Amino acid sequence: MNRYFWILGAFAALAVLLAVGLRLNPRDIPSPLVGKPAPAFRLAVLNAPDKTFSPEDMRGKVWLLNVWSTWCVSCREEHPVLVQMAGKIDAPLIGLNYKDVRGDGELDISKIPADTERRMAEQRATEWLDDRGDPYKLTAMDIDGRVGIDYGVYGVPETYIIDKQGVIRMKHTGPISPESLQKKILPMLAELNK
Amino acid sequence: MSARALIFALCLAAAGIQTGAQASSATEAALAADPVAEKRLQALSKELRCLVCQNETIADSNAELAGDLRREIRSMIHEGRSDTEIVDFMVARYGDFVLYRPQVKGATLLLWGGPGVLLLLGVSALFIYLRRRASRVADKGPLSPEEASRLEALLKETDHP
Repeated sequence: MNRYFWILGAFAALAVLLAVGLRLNPRDIPSPLVGKPAPAFRLAVLNAPDKTFSPEDMRGKVWLLNVWSTWCVSCREEHPVLVQMAGKIDAPLIGLNYKDVRGDGELDISKIPADTERRMAEQRATEWLDDRGDPYKLTAMDIDGRVGIDYGVYGVPETYIIDKQGVIRMKHTGPISPESLQKKILPMLAELNK
Repeated sequence: MSARALIFALCLAAAGIQTGAQASSATEAALAADPVAEKRLQALSKELRCLVCQNETIADSNAELAGDLRREIRSMIHEGRSDTEIVDFMVARYGDFVLYRPQVKGATLLLWGGPGVLLLLGVSALFIYLRRRASRVADKGPLSPEEASRLEALLKETDHP
């Protein structure tokens, strides 16, 4: 009797451990950037040849940085949520188009000259936004992905919420679903905008 | 796994399955020609985890991000940065998770000590069990006359059912 009690106990403990472990999302790696100032950069803006964007320009505002790409399958799923969200929230949404050409597994970047790459990326991004609607205040072009490295981007789409002082307050990895919008994003924006 | 998580995983995989196309760029070739720098790159990238294919190091992974990070390490070596500076650069962006060998500190104590504690528990359980059994077996002396006759009877019973 006593022995069975121990065996059952051990089994139950293992079952609980596995149940918890299997529910965790291994892609959800806590970002060390949360609570730190958003890394600085200055990038060209899509379809505004004489303009550039820097996080510094957003000082005093709560804003969102959404990392996306036309080759990213999950972005296709996320985009309608962003379009819907953009009209409702009191925070500008900035797009960061990440490695639109060299990130595409079907293109061989070693055969594409740099200026052609930029032209292609802008064309692909513009088409995407024309087709699906443009939720972004503007889109900055991270052609070679260097800004992505500074933000610790490892799986597009990713979204950062940055506060009025320029500090990253939240990172969401993967597509924003209507559910995560309601439960995570909107409450955080409301709190920061208070 | 929800459909959403599956699609996300597929997206990561699609981004990941790509051989190091940009490895052929001219500057990289020049840097790769330096055997000392190349050795450091090898050693460093074996210590760093690829975040796309999480069970691989940057050295082993074919994922595109791993290629980008190898290139980043190369240029940092070229700039004369130390190994610690390079590792710190990665940790600042991707967190402790990027270290393929977790650091020994408060939060990872269970990870490092856990197997040893489990081994100790197992060995002591086995030890206690064996000692108890030994004493149980040793306590019983030869059979008493009643026991002997009962055994006899039982054996007979099974021989002639």
